[in-house]
Amino acid sequence: MNNTLLSIAGVSKTFGDVTALDDVSIDIRENEFFALLGPSGCGKTTLLRVLAGFEVPDMGSVNLAGQNLLSLPPNKRPINLMFQSYALFPHMSVEKNVAYGLQRESLGKDEIRTRVAEVLATVGLTDKASRRPAQLSGGQRQRVALARAIVKRPRLLLLDEPLSALDRKVRAEMQLELKRLQHEVGITFVVVTHDQDEAMSMADRIAVMSEGVVKQVASPVDLYSRPENLFVADFIGSSNAFHGVASADGVHVDGLGLLPGTVGASSAEATLIIRPEDIRLVEQSQAALTGSVVDTQFTGGSSTIALSIAGHAAPVLVTCQGSSNVTRGESVHLAWDASRTIKLPK
Amino acid sequence: MTSPAAQGRGAERRRALGARFVFLGPGLFYVTVFMAIPLLLVLSYAFLKRGRFGGVKMEFTLDNFHRVIESVYVSVIGNSILIAAITTVLALLIGYPTAYAIARLPRKWRNLALVLVVLPFWTNFLIRTYAWILLLNSEGPLNKGLMAVGILHEPLDLLYTRGAVVAGLLYAYLPLMILPIYASVERLDNSLIEAATNLGASRARAFFTVTLPLTLPGTMIGAIFVFVPSLGNFIVPELLGGGKTVMIGNLIRDQFLKARDWPFGAVLALIMVALLILLFAGQAAISRRINGRGRHA
Repeated sequence: MNNTLLSIAGVSKTFGDVTALDDVSIDIRENEFFALLGPSGCGKTTLLRVLAGFEVPDMGSVNLAGQNLLSLPPNKRPINLMFQSYALFPHMSVEKNVAYGLQRESLGKDEIRTRVAEVLATVGLTDKASRRPAQLSGGQRQRVALARAIVKRPRLLLLDEPLSALDRKVRAEMQLELKRLQHEVGITFVVVTHDQDEAMSMADRIAVMSEGVVKQVASPVDLYSRPENLFVADFIGSSNAFHGVASADGVHVDGLGLLPGTVGASSAEATLIIRPEDIRLVEQSQAALTGSVVDTQFTGGSSTIALSIAGHAAPVLVTCQGSSNVTRGESVHLAWDASRTIKLPK
Repeated sequence: MTSPAAQGRGAERRRALGARFVFLGPGLFYVTVFMAIPLLLVLSYAFLKRGRFGGVKMEFTLDNFHRVIESVYVSVIGNSILIAAITTVLALLIGYPTAYAIARLPRKWRNLALVLVVLPFWTNFLIRTYAWILLLNSEGPLNKGLMAVGILHEPLDLLYTRGAVVAGLLYAYLPLMILPIYASVERLDNSLIEAATNLGASRARAFFTVTLPLTLPGTMIGAIFVFVPSLGNFIVPELLGGGKTVMIGNLIRDQFLKARDWPFGAVLALIMVALLILLFAGQAAISRRINGRGRHA
């Protein structure tokens, strides 16, 4: 299971004076559901297009199962791409769209028909086979695009923002369906997305990218609980960041004093990251910080309280179970478990 | 009886209808007065007897239609269709690659290229056609040039041939082929070509299975735009064909201005209108097939 299928090493690409990819190296394993996550313009789509063969990198190498991918023209790569816009052929029926890739492999008519029927059954579109893309809903089009990509049984399936064109409810459904399908067909998936919830809920591992650089590659849980840098800590989930000087048992922040944190190197600039759900409301005697309530938001199972703390610019967020028993303007005291915090350089 | 809400909706619908007439009004007025009424006149003339000095006599007859199938007229119509068809095919072969190349140019060059394509339209059509006489003349630069480099020993009879007529028509209407094809190639979503490539199609295969079918409606518009005015043109056959090549356009003009047989001229004109309607209906049917139900080219 842990065999590396795709190995991207030192790939760089610039467009004019814009650096889209800067020395990107990622290993993707066989049968993995891998996500490339980052804000728009971070280079994730360029990386995808390099893999598909629509862009040629300036430097670096890409190997798929030991084969040099960059030497293959795009139509000879054992990789299929599901386009963000789906790119379904409007002049062909669903069936013909799905069969298109198989016809290029010069397979027999009967085999093509069987495999198309199979894959349409897998995505639940058997009864829509003769429809045109224009006659389908967004979710159905997405499934046609998926069927068209997996019917070729590629080694690697690339999905470019697969769910962004769908509305919220269909999106949640399709997340589950993609995951189920990935197990069923046993193809390695690489999904490009800017939506961290999507990446976190679907992927086995995620590469977080920013400005052409891979910031961290880790599982969703590790990204959240052990971010390696401020970008990842800030990008993944919500967090409270306190900037100061590291000491043996925390971070000393000007105006706030010593905030308890993990034990580590001292007297260097550091940022203490505390997740909102790790902060508790406590008695004054145990408090590490005191602030006043600016706003409370009740979101069903939990509430989020925004606090303003004298000497700290950004509002501090605290999540607690159920409804919060605080009112706006009230003064509250905060404490947290030092071992749950994350201390990052600078 | 109706609820206030329904009344409100009714008023709103009336207002929307009113607004539509304000916008459509000028065009509708123009089309009615200058298109529909003359066309109805032409239609009615076709069923009347000719007047002695032009005009019509108010007597119903179908004789005008019978005359069309006389062999001399059939051959003129056949000849016209042949010349227009050759012109259209040549325009297609030159126009499609040109339009495709322009659509693939960097954005900043595209408009310049399009201006160059329509540039000839800024000069009078008659003058441009006269220029072709000079060009194709036995003393013209083409013959002289070919003789100077030793390819020819005596001048070719280029002028006053069917080939000259085709060349003149092709020159006149080529932009009408390029523009609609350009529009459809430019509008084509490039990710469709990438999708075809990603699914294993070579560049040529992607072109013939995706690009060509999806630009076919625009290409057919271009073909109609070249075929129809080529068929009806009477200036080019007269100037470059030297009166030896008679096309249906010349025939129609002669019926009205020389033979003073308005009813027969009307019948010939109606044949062209019918052909045009037929061609557009065919184009619409095919583009509907390509784009799927409910969408237009």
